[in-house]
Amino acid sequence: MPKEAAKTKRSDSPFNHKARAIEPVDVFDPDEAQAEYLKRKKSQLALIKKTDKALLEEMLYQMILGRIFEERCAEVYRLGKIGGFCHLYIGQEAVAVGAITAIDKKRDYVIVAYRDHVQAMVAGISPEAVMAELYGKATGCVKGKGGSMHLFSKEHGFFGGHGIVGGQIGVGTGLAFAQKYRNDGGVTLCFFGEAAVNQGIFHESLNMAQLWKLPIVYICENNQYGMGTSLKRAMSLANIARKADSYGMYGEFVDGMDVMAVRQATMKAIERARNESLPSLLEVRCYRYMGHSMSDPGKYRTVEEIKKYQQRDPILLFKDSLKEAGVFDDSEFEQIEQRARKRVEEAVEFAEKSPFPSEDELLTDVLV
Amino acid sequence: MAELTMRDALNQALREELLRDERVFIMGEEVAQYDGAYKVTRGLWREFGDKRVIDTPISELGFAAIGVGAAMAGLRPVIEFMTWNFSILAADQIINHAAKMLYMSGGQFNIPIVFRGPNGSAYQVSSQHSQALEAMYANFPGLKVVMPSTPADAKGLLKSAIRDDNPVIFLEQEKLYGTKGEVPDDPDFTIPLGVADVKRQGKDCTIVARSLTVPIALQAAEKIEKEYGVSCEVVDPRTIKPLDIDTIVNSVKKTNRLVIVEESHQFCGVAAEITAQVNEKAFDYLDAPIKRISSAEAPMPYARNLEAAALPDVAKIVAAVKEVCYL
Ligand SMILES: Cc1ncc(C[n+]2csc(CCOP(=O)(O)OP(=O)(O)O)c2C)c(N)n1
Ligand SMILES: [Mg+2]
Repeated sequence: MPKEAAKTKRSDSPFNHKARAIEPVDVFDPDEAQAEYLKRKKSQLALIKKTDKALLEEMLYQMILGRIFEERCAEVYRLGKIGGFCHLYIGQEAVAVGAITAIDKKRDYVIVAYRDHVQAMVAGISPEAVMAELYGKATGCVKGKGGSMHLFSKEHGFFGGHGIVGGQIGVGTGLAFAQKYRNDGGVTLCFFGEAAVNQGIFHESLNMAQLWKLPIVYICENNQYGMGTSLKRAMSLANIARKADSYGMYGEFVDGMDVMAVRQATMKAIERARNESLPSLLEVRCYRYMGHSMSDPGKYRTVEEIKKYQQRDPILLFKDSLKEAGVFDDSEFEQIEQRARKRVEEAVEFAEKSPFPSEDELLTDVLV
Repeated sequence: MAELTMRDALNQALREELLRDERVFIMGEEVAQYDGAYKVTRGLWREFGDKRVIDTPISELGFAAIGVGAAMAGLRPVIEFMTWNFSILAADQIINHAAKMLYMSGGQFNIPIVFRGPNGSAYQVSSQHSQALEAMYANFPGLKVVMPSTPADAKGLLKSAIRDDNPVIFLEQEKLYGTKGEVPDDPDFTIPLGVADVKRQGKDCTIVARSLTVPIALQAAEKIEKEYGVSCEVVDPRTIKPLDIDTIVNSVKKTNRLVIVEESHQFCGVAAEITAQVNEKAFDYLDAPIKRISSAEAPMPYARNLEAAALPDVAKIVAAVKEVCYL
């Protein structure tokens, strides 16, 4: 990146509203992120103290549930219970939990890519219905027809689970279009990976969303890899939040290991969408611990690299803060974890016992 | 001759053509440093370097277009789609640009490009990742469409495709990558596009199969021979376009019966095209209506049992052959 361009502040953008300077960072170094985190720790603790304890418990529970659920998926996948592609979310829990707990479940929408188990559960689909879907059982949330990559639930405003990289960015923009059209006050959270930013549809969608002022929050989960290709090898300007500038849209970096930070940023973006009908782009920097999918040996990065990011594990960071703020103690943590573990076992048992879909289902839900 | 998997046969073809012609390069997602999502390009980046084997961002429309432009300017790109499902994002470049350039430039600009990758079903990868797209591409004048079923065919046809002066849609099958067969190692071994191969001789019924359905049809033919004493001839067109209809018609003239097996959907499909052409050219030779076996007319379901029900299999072929033989 040319030095001069790098120094341009976002506030210099003529299209900018609520300008916010964004320092361009090419790699999100965990040490740098930690230093930033420590700087805002005090206000973060104050925020935690002000937050409803039940909500904090729910957030921690969902993160732990997501972690244990995904670990269990890896186990049963190896036993051949789950087939096809299975993309695990381990390491990214703070993103789904921070963002999706910020929505109004009665009117807001969520749409995601194929790494969707945890997002689906935070949106309200039961672990049983998700696990049964992964097993390809009739009791799954889409009757065994979609599998791991295609979880949906109309009831929960969860618009899927999409397997074509970038496809849901356009579809999500259409959801927000409908919300504005009906003027129902709803907002769409649209999740995608950083590699999807290289698809044309990202750029086409952001342009129209800003042009037509659609109530959407684009949440880019920048876990720094698209399969085996690092962001640096695939993106000329590896600074995604700044791409919002090209469309005169609000853009922001978020520390994706800090669940409270994700929640705060999402809440503000939702407000912007709900009250002013303005889209936002959040670049949430996180890290996936596992391979891209269960069939990826992950030779493109070192164990040291993974370990470095794991030092800022989102569950550990959140627990530390909760403890420091005096909200929970170790025995309460233990209880929450037990509850999550039990629920995951129930989900596995439910999936095991459920029947496969009847063969008639092959030709249902298709028009002609 | 050496025994190779289809994966390695394809790899050998790519390597030999990279060595043979400086203008050939490979471009696609994970083709270089990752050795290919399905390892077809294994080792090529290490041998030929960044200039000849190029990892792309996930930008199918963009890198297909770069291929078309580079071909227009005289290079010979091999563009890998991680799977053909993602080619749909690039369909504009393939159909609106590559396929039409020679014609609309009044014969001035040919596009010597190969688009390749796995097509069709895999193992429970569900609706968006299991599509067989040959009928769609074969529908457009200006594109050749190739579908190998054995390692030797894969090598010979891919080399011909790369040497061809026009756009070639080269459809592989993930489930066949591991299958083994004898493959000639002569660097000038090629198989011409547009020539079918009779994979099994028979006299009572013709089965036309392609790609993944060839080994399934061969298994079915063995079973039918053993259990019912019916001898099936298995014809593999290998190239869908141009289609070697003569080999199929000659077989039908001998057997008087035809079953066509495919992994794609039936409606407006390749089997429908073959049926129409056989009706035109050999109607009087048919002793029974032509029977088609295709994937279910539905997106591919995920559940194991539903996926199996959606796809052609030995039992379905046996039943179809019995039907046309009035058994
Ligand atoms: C259009 C398209 N191209 C390629 C693929 C294959 N593929 C699936 S996921 C993926 C990487 C995507 O990375 P990113 O968007 O960063 O999301 P992450 O997997 O990191 O969550 C690729 C190349 C696909 N599914 N769709
Ligand atoms: Mg990523």
